[in-house]
Amino acid sequence: MVKWLNVDWPTRLSTAAASRYAQNNMAAVVERGTVANNTQVDQMSLKKAVSAASPLTLRIVAECSVTKARACDLILPHSAVSTPVFMPVGTQGTLKGITVDQLEGLGCQICLGNTYHLGMRPGPELITKANGLHGFMNWKNNLLTDSGGFQMVSLVELSEVTEEGVKFKSPYDGKEIHLSPEKSISIQNSLGSDIMMQLDDVVSSTVTGPRVEEAMHRSIRWLDRCIAANGNPDKQNLFAIIQGGLNAELRKACLDEMTKRDVPGFAIGGLSGGEEKDDFWRMVTLSTDHLPREKPRYLMGVGYAVDLVVCVALGCDMFDCVFPTRTARFGSALVPWGSLQVKHKQYAKDFRPIDPDCQCPTCKRHSRAYLHALFKTDTAAMHHITIHNVAYQLTLMRSVRQSIIEGRFPEFIRTFMKRMFESPDQYPRWAVDALASVHVTLE
Amino acid sequence: MAGSRMKLELCRVAQGRSRLGVLTGLGRTSQQSLDVPGCLLYTHFGTVPHLTQDTLHTVSNLPAVTQVTLSHIAEHQEVLEEFKDGFRKFAGLHDTVLYCSLHDPAVLCPTGYTTNKTVSVWGSGGRMELTVAKFMALQKTVQPDWYQSMADGETWQSNTSRKRVRKSVDRTLTHLDECLLVHQNSQELEGVEVFGVVEGGDILEERVRSARETAKRPVAGFCLDGFQSGSMDQALKTQLISAVIKELPEDKPRLLQGVGRPDEVLACVEAGVDLFEGFFPFQVTERGCALCFDFDVSLDPERAGRAPHAVLKLNDDQKDTVGETQQNGDPCLDQTQMTSFEINLNDKRYHDDFRPLVEGCGCYCCKNHQRAYLHHLLVTNELLAGVLLMIHNTAHYHGFFGALREALASEKLDVLKRQEAGESASLSP
Repeated sequence: MVKWLNVDWPTRLSTAAASRYAQNNMAAVVERGTVANNTQVDQMSLKKAVSAASPLTLRIVAECSVTKARACDLILPHSAVSTPVFMPVGTQGTLKGITVDQLEGLGCQICLGNTYHLGMRPGPELITKANGLHGFMNWKNNLLTDSGGFQMVSLVELSEVTEEGVKFKSPYDGKEIHLSPEKSISIQNSLGSDIMMQLDDVVSSTVTGPRVEEAMHRSIRWLDRCIAANGNPDKQNLFAIIQGGLNAELRKACLDEMTKRDVPGFAIGGLSGGEEKDDFWRMVTLSTDHLPREKPRYLMGVGYAVDLVVCVALGCDMFDCVFPTRTARFGSALVPWGSLQVKHKQYAKDFRPIDPDCQCPTCKRHSRAYLHALFKTDTAAMHHITIHNVAYQLTLMRSVRQSIIEGRFPEFIRTFMKRMFESPDQYPRWAVDALASVHVTLE
Repeated sequence: MAGSRMKLELCRVAQGRSRLGVLTGLGRTSQQSLDVPGCLLYTHFGTVPHLTQDTLHTVSNLPAVTQVTLSHIAEHQEVLEEFKDGFRKFAGLHDTVLYCSLHDPAVLCPTGYTTNKTVSVWGSGGRMELTVAKFMALQKTVQPDWYQSMADGETWQSNTSRKRVRKSVDRTLTHLDECLLVHQNSQELEGVEVFGVVEGGDILEERVRSARETAKRPVAGFCLDGFQSGSMDQALKTQLISAVIKELPEDKPRLLQGVGRPDEVLACVEAGVDLFEGFFPFQVTERGCALCFDFDVSLDPERAGRAPHAVLKLNDDQKDTVGETQQNGDPCLDQTQMTSFEINLNDKRYHDDFRPLVEGCGCYCCKNHQRAYLHHLLVTNELLAGVLLMIHNTAHYHGFFGALREALASEKLDVLKRQEAGESASLSP
């Protein structure tokens, strides 16, 4: 069951290669470029060659003239993705009770799989045999996989991080197992995702001190090892993850260093873990200030509607979060005025749809009262809410995009906030400040 | 009976018993029909377990009749009364015929809870007692197209005493008379059909008495109750059903409750049963299994003569499974136990099996997914396992009923059935 984790340290790389990335990070990039393009040119043009070879194109469709928001077409190997985009999470090769046809029917162009879970079960060997995760779950659009590192830290108690990788005890048999940057990329290569994430040294966003700095530097070194380990650079995009905790200097240092690497895209990591929202948005906006305009920016772990709208204004393109699908299974339906707890007694005789303006299959057919009753009888009730919540997230992002294209995003934000909160004095302070920083004032 | 429009049009009666036909005049507009022998669509509160309308309607040729049960509905009576427009609209079901039964056929009810005046149903909040008044008030709020009359069905256990069986027959007839009385005086129920319930446990005389007496009442059809436990062997079951059916009029449908295994369905169709409840695919799904028996009837008779079970042929996979796990081809008390008509996707052997559940099956699951994926969904306890298995099992089971009718139409069932009867032992391990 845990075959892939029993293997110790770099398996895909020779000892020579292993010492190379310790010596010179850039050398690994250059070498990859050389191998990929089979040309003999100087380092600078090699960097460009890598970029040209990366299986990703970002076309900026519109930029907001007030905020940092942008609408782009992100062309990935399996299909084009319209950004800003919310990516639903299908942890174990399935999105909680929803068929791939239903997900596609909702307009989903990209969803997530979790490397940690899929590496454990069914394992990379089987997924390779099934023509990758796309083939295994029969998903025709794009997939993004994480590195597996976050789950190790969040799910597993006894994890130890060394320069080599993450060491932890298997939740299945207590055996000590390891995940290195090379191993993570090797599994993600087996999964065949359109976007892979580097293994990063994840520190809780509430931790301060030298550990944060160490993690930031280590994440940079691991990025280089991941780049070198990518066996499919012409088919799979590897994203770097900006770390540095809540310390602006560390973030900036990480940004400076990582943006020197010609990776196809960047993620903003280490946030959304219980830190103050005031710290959160400042780190986001600092990151987007220094990320290259021509590459996609992915803010990890963000999925609340208000956070999405604000962080689009701060210049982020991609988001993911388990919240909309997880909360659905507890009967919480997302609506423009917040959420609606379908299982609460007050909806037992409420014959309206969850959201009368929603066009999802659930709202077009079923009432709050029926769903309330069905929750006592059948799991299909969860599926109905999951469909609604995914539809809500995707529709929200489509509306955001449309307003950016039509040059009315600031107005969209004001209308959105008015609908979400009963009165302006309920607007969260951080959101007001964050929006003010990009010139949007809420009355 | 006033307003009765349900009509059974028989086009063939094979061997004097198996009946092929169409039940017409169904629904509010009387425009809908159901082929017999046929199977109702099994639901939990109007929802086919695990499925939304989108996933359900990937299955073609679904029956026009949906079954709901008071065990799921009773606790929501107040809500439905306030809603006023009936259960069909409440559940977002638009164009189906609605049949309302008392109990959930997939669950055996505990005994010892009926009285002279009441029966009990079990919902999410526990047991609820229904008097005839309450039962009929429920029917008025549900507004089904047809419903099962209130019945004392506690005599399915094989050790039930003759006295208790007699009492259940008497009570059920009394309930029927009371239900009909309320029914005839209820404007809301005009045009709604009532099925009388035949009880009698495993006692032949009581079965005959129950059937004879029920047939005297103005009912549109008959529910044959008390055959669900599986403790009764098929020979006795067939004997009792045959005896009951002799007492029932030819022109009214007979619905057998609680029987779903394909081999039992075949035997009971031979005995003259028209309708079944579609709960079997749900039970198969709940144990992580997929139906995979072969019901191809387009075989030439000569070949059929040599190959037994052409209707219910087991494939190689199943034979393996049967050998390994404790299989039971015989009727068994425990309905949760796997039968020989299915494969267990929990089994490790499917870990790297990239075939569809059933080769050539046209269902959404088989066209899009492989056994290895289903196995993964089951071992990781993912909700999609139930969704995909339910799609396949529903499609497969209703496909079997289609094949069964086709066999009757081409008079092949007789041939195949005789084969099957002669070799029935080999269905068991």
